[in-house]
Amino acid sequence: MTDAAIADAAVDTQPASYLTAGHTLLSWLTTTDHKRIAILYAVSITLFFFIGGIAIGLVRLELMTPHGLFLTSDAYNRLFSLHGIIMVWFFLVPSIPATMGNFLLPLMIGTHDVAFPRLNLFSWYLYVFGAAFTVYALISGGVDTGWTFYTPLSTSYATGYVVAAATGVFVVGFSSIATGVNFIATAHMLRAPGMTWFRLPLFVWAMYTVSMVMVLATPVLAMSLLLVIAERAFGLPIFDAARGGDPVLFQHLFWFYSHPAVYIMILPAMGVVSEVIPCFARRTIFGYAFMVYALITIAVVGFMVWGHHMFVAGQSPLANLVFSFLSFIVAVPSAIKVFNWTATLHRGEITFEAPMLYALGFVGLFTIGGLTGLFLASVPIDIHATDTYFVIAHFHFVMVGGTVSAYMAGLHFWWPKVTGRMYSEAWARFAAITTFLGFNATFLPQFVMGWNGMPRRYHYYPDVFQAWHVMSSVGALILAVAYVLPLIYFGWSLIYGRRAPANPWNATGLEWQTSSPPPKENFHRIPRVDVEPYAYDAFVHLPTTDDRAPPSLPSPASGGG
Amino acid sequence: MTIDRFMTAASDYATQVDGTFWVLVTISSLITLLVAALIAGFSLRYRRGSTARRGPLPERFGRDVEIGWTVATLFLFLFIFWWAASNQLSALDVPGHAMEIHVVAKQWMWRVQQPGGAREINEIHVPENVPIRLVMTSEDVIHDLFLPTMRLKQDVLPGRYTYLSFTPTKTGVFHLTCAEYCGTDHSVMAGRLVVMTAPDYARWTNAQPEADDLAHQGEAVFSALGCSGCHAPTSSIHAPDLHGLYGRAVPLADGRMVTADEAYLRDSILLPAKDIVAGYAPIMPSFRSAITEDDLVKLIAYLKSLSSSPDAGVSPASGKERAGGTPALPGGP
Repeated sequence: MTDAAIADAAVDTQPASYLTAGHTLLSWLTTTDHKRIAILYAVSITLFFFIGGIAIGLVRLELMTPHGLFLTSDAYNRLFSLHGIIMVWFFLVPSIPATMGNFLLPLMIGTHDVAFPRLNLFSWYLYVFGAAFTVYALISGGVDTGWTFYTPLSTSYATGYVVAAATGVFVVGFSSIATGVNFIATAHMLRAPGMTWFRLPLFVWAMYTVSMVMVLATPVLAMSLLLVIAERAFGLPIFDAARGGDPVLFQHLFWFYSHPAVYIMILPAMGVVSEVIPCFARRTIFGYAFMVYALITIAVVGFMVWGHHMFVAGQSPLANLVFSFLSFIVAVPSAIKVFNWTATLHRGEITFEAPMLYALGFVGLFTIGGLTGLFLASVPIDIHATDTYFVIAHFHFVMVGGTVSAYMAGLHFWWPKVTGRMYSEAWARFAAITTFLGFNATFLPQFVMGWNGMPRRYHYYPDVFQAWHVMSSVGALILAVAYVLPLIYFGWSLIYGRRAPANPWNATGLEWQTSSPPPKENFHRIPRVDVEPYAYDAFVHLPTTDDRAPPSLPSPASGGG
Repeated sequence: MTIDRFMTAASDYATQVDGTFWVLVTISSLITLLVAALIAGFSLRYRRGSTARRGPLPERFGRDVEIGWTVATLFLFLFIFWWAASNQLSALDVPGHAMEIHVVAKQWMWRVQQPGGAREINEIHVPENVPIRLVMTSEDVIHDLFLPTMRLKQDVLPGRYTYLSFTPTKTGVFHLTCAEYCGTDHSVMAGRLVVMTAPDYARWTNAQPEADDLAHQGEAVFSALGCSGCHAPTSSIHAPDLHGLYGRAVPLADGRMVTADEAYLRDSILLPAKDIVAGYAPIMPSFRSAITEDDLVKLIAYLKSLSSSPDAGVSPASGKERAGGTPALPGGP
């Protein structure tokens, strides 16, 4: 079958695909198909995203006045803890790797599945049971430690279900490790003939580096949570100063995982954006090799900067200096990536579909998030700004402005491939622009009040900050609308959406050379790769009249059978 | 309440931090504007259908550009690091004659002991233009004393002393608050930092209810706990002499040398087996369950007074005398 024939089949009849391979609930819950597992993950993380979102919506409502509206301080503390725990561990960490990574990694390297399909399904079960258990604990009894579980608050003083919540997070950690191991093995063992390391799409590189970080860092989280559980449940004095323990030890262990975890959240986002921008700029990514080295550098140096979370925790001034220095160093490769994405636009042929709008929004917001990271890497500035809304704004620029924007970019970009349907482009663009505006309205005021001395995790606050809090809450409302919109038009597209061609964006990459949605085994015949990645220059002079036309890449073209 | 309570730069250090901050804001704004302008410019110029010139760039060009902006970014970041770090290091030079105020944090209040003996809750009174050193510890969880107008904060840890040094240069009533999340009422664990002129501070100290200074109170604790039974020079039990101990280097039984600072004194009282002085038997019992944080503060103040005065055993001067004209400067002769 030629490529054209595949595309015709995709348009005219409903081809057999992984979606038609079984319609029962059981067929989904026992699947070992990486694409179906990706969808299981997508459904569960979306659910958790909205639970965490509702929690922070209530918090922002409460903060409309300095003296609260309808919550007790305990309820308030439980709500922001719930928000943090869910968003970090059950949304951000698995978001891009477990959904898009699972779906795309085998497709992008040209193989039938991940290396360990059953381990892949097992990791979803670990994730969903661990997360559901924690969320149940958070909603029924609550935890008032914040997502950071700082000792001795969490071990000796906090009320609520700390042990249960920590146990759930501990279990979910193993899901991360399993996914990481799976991806590393897949990238090493299952690349299609001709798919050399330096022909890998940057998304695959991002998955590979993030998997390394997951495998190496997550065990440290498991260990530190286990110690919290041991002390709280069994009285083992690890962190209790009164019995010779050290409360600050927990912070070292926790951040030794949780700082690399920041990169677990942002590296995949960088991978997504590196796919989207070249496609809509019709231009090879600028500095491919440098982009790869930057990913690796970030992953490695990211392990050595955890101490910058502890500049005021009683750490020695010399240690502060060293961690400050390394934090500046880790910012360099991030900056290089921003310059490269920008330079990719140069001499391109740019269009502004929804994925591109989200991706450009990512570059802008990530730039601000990264630069304010330099403020916090400077010890004297950090001493004043840490534990204030300045920090909140900074990491939301990276985690939400960055990772969530990239997640949305990827969701729109690969939606036709995953579902075989097109969504409403107009609504999607509207949502992308609303996200950008709502995001800035929410978090820019937080920089201002943070530098002015507004501490984080405050239920009641001095009334001089009320105007900023109201602005931020209104922004959050806009942001909420922007996040609910895709739920509606994506849902609509599943039923009424125009059928998607194999390659609606005329993108390079092997995933676009199979039908939309792909067949169960991805490729009827394993493709052969003999071109460099992002060969968009070859596309530029092609007629673009019929956007349903199949891709006519100059050579690899053996994408189907 | 006005924003001045938070944003006034009330020390030279605070002014310096603000300077660093605004330079960083300027540099970051320029970079953000550059990136935004490039994205907007390229988006416009190279939008589909525009007549701008396209086609590949020479291979060499890409490499040179990459190396160029990598090196430029590295140097810029290293410059910012060096600059911020040198500010940090100069701020570490704390004058040796600082006035010491003890702070004990607990859920959810700040207890303060002035060197003159006055006690305060959720308030710290300090004289202007006098170097202040807060010696802080916590009775329960980790707290953090945040003085926004000094641009300073420091975690307050259980089982350990941490310090915060500043020299206020502006009088006024400023905010102080807890910045490390500490449980239910974290957000109301707040109070006031009152900076007064030296004469006003002296008057304020005088007006406080009659109280001995810390060292005198500590002397009472010293005898109440029976410390003198072993540590008095006349005692029959072989225990180290405590006169002149504070600040001295002490040889330990395991060969280490430590400086007898507050942390050492604290550990020796609570965990006596940790650092055994060379030549002595490990016979001292732990006083962990016998002494409160507040009494520990007094006791250590007394032990320190044994080093600072030639006629050992008598604290340098009583609160009454000092309250007269000049600002109180205990903690050093």
